[in-house]
Order: sequence, then C-alpha cells, then structure tokens
Amino acid sequence: MSSPLLGYVDREGPLHALSGVSKLALALGVVLGAMIGFDVRYLAAVAAGSLVLWAVSGVRLRDLSVVLWLITIFMVLNNIGIFLFAPGYGTELFGTRHLLLDGPWHWDVTSEQLFYQLAVTLKYFAVLPAVLLFVATTRPPEFASSLARLGVPYRFAYAVSLALRYIPDVQREFRTISQAQQARGLDTSRGAGLRTRVRNLSSVLMPLLLGTFDRIESVSAAMELRGFGRGRRRTWLVSTPVRGRDVLVMLIAVMLLAVPVALLVVNGGRYWNPFV
Amino acid sequence: MTRSHSPVTQVVAIGIGAALFFVLGRFAAIPTPIPNTSINIQYAILAVFAVLYGPFVGALAGFIGHLLIDVTGYGIWISWELASGVFGLVVGALLLKNAIADGEFGTSLAIRLNLSILLANGVAWLLIAPLGDVLIYSEPANKVWAQGALAFVANSVTACILATIILSVYARTRTRSGSLSRDQ
Amino acid sequence: MTAPLLELRGYTFQYRAQAEPTLHDIDLTVRRGEKIAIVGASGSGKSTLLHALDGLIPHHFRGTASGTVRVAGNDPAQVPLVETATVIGTVLQDSNSQFVGLTVAEDIAFSLENQQVPRAEMPSRIRRAAELAGIGDRLEDAPQALSGGQKQRVAIAGVLVDDVEVLLLDEPLANLDPASGRAAVELLDDLHRDHGRTIVMVEHRLEDVLHRDVDRVVLMSDGRIIADAAPDQVLASGLLEEHGIRPPLHVTALRYAGAPVTAAQRPSRSTDIALTTQQVEAVRAWVEEGSPDDGSADAQRSRDERSGDAGIALDLRDVRCEIPVGPDRSSVVLEGITAQVRRGEMLGVLGSNGAGKSTLARVICGFESLSGGELRIGAADARGWSLAERGEHIGFVLQEPGQMLSRPLVTEEIALGLRARGIGEDEIARRTTMVLEACGLAPFRSWPVSALSHGQKKRVTIACVLALEPEVLILDEPTAGQDFAHYTEFMDFLRTLHAAGTTVLLITHDMHLALEYADRVLVLSQGHLLADEDPAVVLTDPALSARADLVTTGLYDLARRCGIEDPHRLVHRFVAEDREVRAAQGDAG
Repeated sequence: MSSPLLGYVDREGPLHALSGVSKLALALGVVLGAMIGFDVRYLAAVAAGSLVLWAVSGVRLRDLSVVLWLITIFMVLNNIGIFLFAPGYGTELFGTRHLLLDGPWHWDVTSEQLFYQLAVTLKYFAVLPAVLLFVATTRPPEFASSLARLGVPYRFAYAVSLALRYIPDVQREFRTISQAQQARGLDTSRGAGLRTRVRNLSSVLMPLLLGTFDRIESVSAAMELRGFGRGRRRTWLVSTPVRGRDVLVMLIAVMLLAVPVALLVVNGGRYWNPFV
Repeated sequence: MTRSHSPVTQVVAIGIGAALFFVLGRFAAIPTPIPNTSINIQYAILAVFAVLYGPFVGALAGFIGHLLIDVTGYGIWISWELASGVFGLVVGALLLKNAIADGEFGTSLAIRLNLSILLANGVAWLLIAPLGDVLIYSEPANKVWAQGALAFVANSVTACILATIILSVYARTRTRSGSLSRDQ
Repeated sequence: MTAPLLELRGYTFQYRAQAEPTLHDIDLTVRRGEKIAIVGASGSGKSTLLHALDGLIPHHFRGTASGTVRVAGNDPAQVPLVETATVIGTVLQDSNSQFVGLTVAEDIAFSLENQQVPRAEMPSRIRRAAELAGIGDRLEDAPQALSGGQKQRVAIAGVLVDDVEVLLLDEPLANLDPASGRAAVELLDDLHRDHGRTIVMVEHRLEDVLHRDVDRVVLMSDGRIIADAAPDQVLASGLLEEHGIRPPLHVTALRYAGAPVTAAQRPSRSTDIALTTQQVEAVRAWVEEGSPDDGSADAQRSRDERSGDAGIALDLRDVRCEIPVGPDRSSVVLEGITAQVRRGEMLGVLGSNGAGKSTLARVICGFESLSGGELRIGAADARGWSLAERGEHIGFVLQEPGQMLSRPLVTEEIALGLRARGIGEDEIARRTTMVLEACGLAPFRSWPVSALSHGQKKRVTIACVLALEPEVLILDEPTAGQDFAHYTEFMDFLRTLHAAGTTVLLITHDMHLALEYADRVLVLSQGHLLADEDPAVVLTDPALSARADLVTTGLYDLARRCGIEDPHRLVHRFVAEDREVRAAQGDAG
C-alpha cells in the first residue's frame, strides 16, 4: 500500500519509464506555459498533447475517476461563476461584441464570452492531465529527488517527502481521535449544529496537535542523529538516471515555456484575437 | 521570547505541518449552507504552526499542503496555493515574538493574534489570490473578488476562533509544574 | 582488556527546564565488544544517559553538564553530532518516528544520502545492512505495511549501514509483543556475537532482555548508578525490586519459596538455572502450602458469584470485519468470532500484535463496521447504533492517553463528555467527584493534565470514560511501556474498579498480565478465536501459546523443572503471594 491516496498507478508504461526529473520538468513546463499563455491555439495544442500523452501512458480513466469527477464539477462551477459574474468580460477583452443570445439583464451570450470561456476551459484541459499523469506515473519517493535535481534546495524537497510519509499516519491518528471523542458524545458529524461542531472539533484538534508537536520533536532528533542537514548537498537513492528520451522531454518542456513567451510578442498581448 | 528551532526541526515541522494541512483540508471540511463553500479548519492549524514555528514554516507548510490537496483533487491553481503560503507567512511574521510555548497567552496577545489572522487573511484572499487569478488566469475581477471575499470571511471566522482556542489551551498545557501542590 | 570505547566520569546533567539534575555523578565504562543492559524505573535517568553518549545532549537537548564524556576518545559535546554517529548508532524508542523514508530501502539509505554516498554504491550496502537486521525481504514496503518489530529492524539496519561499532537502543522492547521482543533480543545477540558489535540497551523488561546473555547489568535509580555487575550477581543481590525493576518471575518465585537464588547458580534464565535439590523441594512445598487449588478455586468462585444471573454484557456472534487497505483491496481482520462477556467479569483478550484484538475492541465500539455476524450490547442489537450511543454503554480507553485529552485541566476534561450529553451541572459535579475518587485523582483535581505522568494521564482518560457510567470498560494495552511499579499500581487500581462492579475487558499481549488479573481469556490469532479459557489453562498449553505466538513465562519452566504436574498451581500460588506481598508493602508504605 504505497499511498493509494496520491494516485500512483503501478503499471508498465512509457511515462513510468521516464526519469522523475524530466516528468516534473514537463509538468512544470505545461503548468507555467499555460499560466503565461492565453492563446487559444497554444492552449488547444497543449491540451491535445496532454490527452495524447494520457492515451499512451497506460493510465486508464477509471484509475483516476474520483479525481476527474471532482475536477469536472469544479470546472463547470467555475464556468458558471464566470458567466454569472462577468458575462461581458469577453467583449471587454476582445473589444468587439457578437451577440448570440439575448439573455435577461446583463446575461447576454456573446461569441467573445464563449471564446474567452473556451480559453479558460482549455487551460484546465492543458494543465490537469499533465499534473495528474505526473502523479500517476511517478513513485512518491522520486518526487523529492526530482525537485532537488531541478534545483530546489534539498531541505525543502525533503519536507515534501516527509509530508507524503506522514499523511497516512496523521490520517489514521485523526480518525482514531475523532472516533474516541465521538464515543464520549462530542459529535463532529453532520448531525450536530455548526456551533457545537466547531467547539467539539477543537477537542479533536487539540490531542492531534499535541501529538504532532511531540512527533516533530522525535522525528527531528532521529534525523539529526542520522546526519540530515550536515552537508550542502545530499544524494538520493530513488532517482532514475536521465537518458536520451529524458533530455528530449526536457527540451519539450523548455519549448512549452518559450512558445507562450514568443506568442506574447507576436500577438502583442496575452490573447490571440480572432474577432478583429 | 520565541524558542529558536533548529533547521532540521523546521524541515520536519514543514513536512508534518503540510501533512496535517492536507488531511484536515481533505477530510475534515465542514460544509456550510452556502453551496460549494466549506469551512476550512486547516487554516486555523496553519496559523498555530506559523505562530509556534515561525513564518518560514507557516509559509511552506501552507504552500506544500495546499499544493498536495490540489494535485490530488481539484488540479493545480497556483494563485490560491500561493495565498495559503502567504497566509502562513504573514501570521508567522506578525507574531514573531511570542512566549506561548512558555505558557503566556494573555488578552493582548489574543487580540494581536486575531488581528494578525485577519490581516493575513486579507492579504491572502483579498489581494494575492484574486490578483493572481486576474494576472495568471485572466479571470474577471468581480468574480474572483467575490470568491476571495467569501474565503476571507469563512477562513477568518474559523481561523480566529479555533486558533485562539487552541493556542490558549496550548499555553495552559505549558505551565510549569513546580508550583503545584496536591489538593486535600 | 581493550581500551574503553564509551566512558563517563563524574558526569552530572541537568535539563534547562528542570529544577534538579537528572543524572548525578555517573561513572560508566563500556569496552569494545561488550553487551550491556541499563535497567531502571521510569524517570531514573537511563534515556538521558543514552543521549549523553550519542550527542543529542547537548546538540538537541540543552542543559548544564559537568564531568567528562568520551566516545572513542572524543567528547560528543565538542564534535558535530554526525561524527559521534559514525561510532554510535542510536535506535530510538519510537521506531515509527525514526522511519522517515517512504520505503524500507529509502529509510535505510537515509544516512548514506546525507553523506552524499554515490547512488550506485547504495543498493549493495542497503542490502547488506538489511540482511544483517533480518529485514532484507521487505525492502520495497511502505512503513504503514510493517509491524512495530519490523520497523525497529529497519531502524537497526539504518544505523548498521554506517558500520557503526556501537548500537545504543532506547527501550527496544517497549512497543513489541513478547514474541517480537524475544526475536529482537535474539537479533541483537547475533549482532553482538557474530558481528562483533558493542551493544548498550536501556530497558526495564529485564526478563526479556535476559532471554540472551548480557555481560553486565547497570541498575539506575534517581539518576545514579546503583549496581554495575554481571547479571547473575545483580539478580541475586535483591536490589532490583528495591528500585522498581521486576526480576525474572522464576527468581521472585524462588525467593517467595524461601530459597533465593545465588549468583553462582546462573539465575538469568529459567531454563538454565542450576536449581539445587533444596530449592526444588522448597518450591514444591511452597506450592503445596497454598490450599490445594488455591487461586483457581478463588477465581472460579468469584466467577460463579458474578456471572450467576448477572446476565450478558456483550454478545458477539460470528463477527467478521473487513478493512479496506487500498483502492480496491481489503483484508479480513476478524472472522467467525463468537464470544460472550458476562456482567462483572474481568476478561482478557490475548494475542500477538496483528492478531486482531484491537480491531475487536474497535468493532465493539463502532470504530470499524461489522462486515458480518451479530453484535449485541446488553440485550439490544447494536449494529445500527452511532458511536455516541455505543459510548453510553461501552467505555473504550485508547492505548495512548494523549489521543483523548484535549482540555488543560483534569476536571474540565472529565466534564467535557458530560456536558456534551447535556447532563446538568450538579450531576456533573457529583460524578466528577466520584470518578476522581475512584481513580485516585482527587489530589490532582486542579492540576493541568500536562503536569501528570503517563500513568496518571491514563487514569484521567479512564475517569472521563467512567463518568459516562458505561457498563463495560475496554482497555487497550493498559500497561504498555510502563515500568513495574506503575504497572502494578495501575493494575491494582483496575482491580478495585472491577471489584466495584465494572465489567472490564483487557486487551493485551502480555500473558502474565492476563494470568494475574483476568478471570477468563479469549485468545486471538490472525483474526480467529483460538481459545476461550481460564488463563492458567492457556499458559500450560504450549501448543496453544505457540500457535497464538505468545510467550510462556519463566514460571512455567520452573514448575516443569521442579516436577510440578499442574504448572498453573505454581502460577496461582505465585499470583496469590505476589498480591499479599504487595498489599503488605502498601500498608507499610
């Protein structure tokens, strides 16, 4: 049971074979690239690329179905939110107004708004599969070493590893404590009123926190004894060496970052405007 | 006087703090009557960590914890993850000198704590998160500002109440036992 | 004689936060290749002594020290922690906290990574260390998949990977069941004998430590060294009892029989001790001297009295429990458990770690859901009850008291559950006074919980649970990690509660505990119920103990070697005399 929670899917696949560094670089390239770029053509290309990657990765939709549902709901809600709050935002951005549907009050549907919201949605499609695939195809022990190899200070990288290490423990502890307190009548479930719940929750958090402070003390004593933090660098047992195809992947990552920057210049702004 | 923690202890506090943030954010959210908004108790815990272990730990525990929640759930949304980090940073920085670990938690410190949490929440949810959404994701300003305001109110209320309760109880658990005598 | 490897001379240490020194004027020498057990009650300063050697004092714990410390010629206070760590490998008490990697291999590699050993060199060194520690077949496992004993082996491998000369172990047996404890003692002995490691362990479970030879036993009390001699001499000296350490049971039994051991008899192990004819006779006479079926008749009588028409408190029929362990997988932790608990009983649930005994308690309390069978509390079917509803009938005391304590003051903690149930303030005050009295906490009623000892905290959790007036009290490993004095004090307290009419369920892996205190035991192994018997019967059935992975005590061997046909008679005689002696001490004190 290697953290089923984080969704690593233990299976042979081309992405699984890649080094964690190059996968992390690719995921970062996609995230940062899609952060900078708002050109629909670029986003569409990245989204398509992400989907292709998913298809070849050997990870099935079913493996991550829960997460995908959450994301879909979030995406739909966000789109509705944008429309409710700012139905004219597309017009504002692109400077034109092609009315498609005359809605109540300011809720008119325009091509510009749809186009803008298409860009927002594509952003999701570009970023999310890449991140999920990184998580699904990289063993958690390789997260930290990959971060460190990308230049993140190792102390910080190791903190990420410690978080992954202690999530299952904290989860079990939280469950036990809250059950024990519920057995004493301190209800924190849906049944109780909001005020009672918050108060009872503090009776769960207190033992959890005090236990956590003790754990921090003993874990850090153990780590100091075993020489953590002695040098300016450290090596990592779990780190797949970088090979030819990893270099290729990292080049793609750099390109993913370079293209939107170039597009900023070409388009004279973040948007590619098909309406003028 | 704040106890200084060794760099290794800080690393561990970041890691385990992030794990706590993750578990509470993932499994202990309280739904509110307002749809799609829940009371996030993890910010109360983050405030406690920032106060006891300093701004650096607060910032990174919040950032990593939120990142892990998003990576395994809603997907990366960098502006809000940053905001969680900023919240921890600001609370920690405003309460740099405190003696809670030595058992001192008076009214003035409680007021300072609550003001710091309010200010930190303001910076995080009324400034960093919406600004990031506008700059990075080019979302409409009034929408993100409304979301930010909602998060500001919900997180301020829970973080203020829970962090005050927790830290005052914590301070009382730190009283020295030397002066105690048995009741007859 | 080889040169001293570890040396303390006139060493005194006081923690910054404390008013008194924890260690006074300690002189101790450990030579290369020695194996030493440091024993002492809680608070005797034995863990502090370890940390003076491994450098955590002063690098992690601060305070003022005087005198000298030398580790391979260096002062650990003057050199960096890691330099001391190249000589000494420390295995801390909490092996879960020491496990920082995401897999076994990664955790063993931790120190190598910090020394920037090239990655290519690591696997062979990891494998060698893992095999030395007997954990070579679990290299890819996550910590959550390992038992306490396995995690400890990982911790040992994690320091062996550095080729340290000395292994320092802080209470290595505290969190292990007796069978894994013995395996750990055997492992340490192999490392000492076959691989030349110097071993220093701090422990209060002396009988288990002596399962294999040690060169010296160092007895500590109140921060001073009381005795430092060969184990046989320390056992014969009678100093152990005086300073809160339980000697091996056979040694105590011989003393009760009026034929105490001498150092020349090699009394460390019940199987090896050179018994004299007089001693054998004395033991036989001592057993006869008690009424023919002394203890068991007593127990039988009290059982009959209590269970007569008192009725059934808990009724389990064909209980099954399946717990998910992954996205699509689950494991069956309990299967086909049928048992009854009668009102007023003191029942033991016995089994090794992972046998399913804690799960059984959790199922009864509703922490885990039943995946088959029936569970009745009193006469009612409890399957649809909420946690809070079950909590009104069943009080569950977790092993770790810290997991239940959330208020700063004892009285606030007790009132918490009562307020949540909407009980009036007058009634709360009445019940609080009552449970404080019953739990011996009245003198501490206005104390902050944090100022209490571990055992006292445990009493507070019991008080909280008792205040809700449950019919059944379930305790998970009530004495885990407590030294002998606290153990007996706590168990005698439980017996008082029981005498006052509470039904008590003791969950434990300690056979002697069940023997001394339970009327009846359920023996669990791998989720199945192996036996539902008188504890003495379980003890005298070696096949059953072996199947349940339990460890028989030295009393059993002593009985056999003295030619006593029913070993449980010796056991009952021992338990009865033990009680008298303690009662007498209690009166005197």
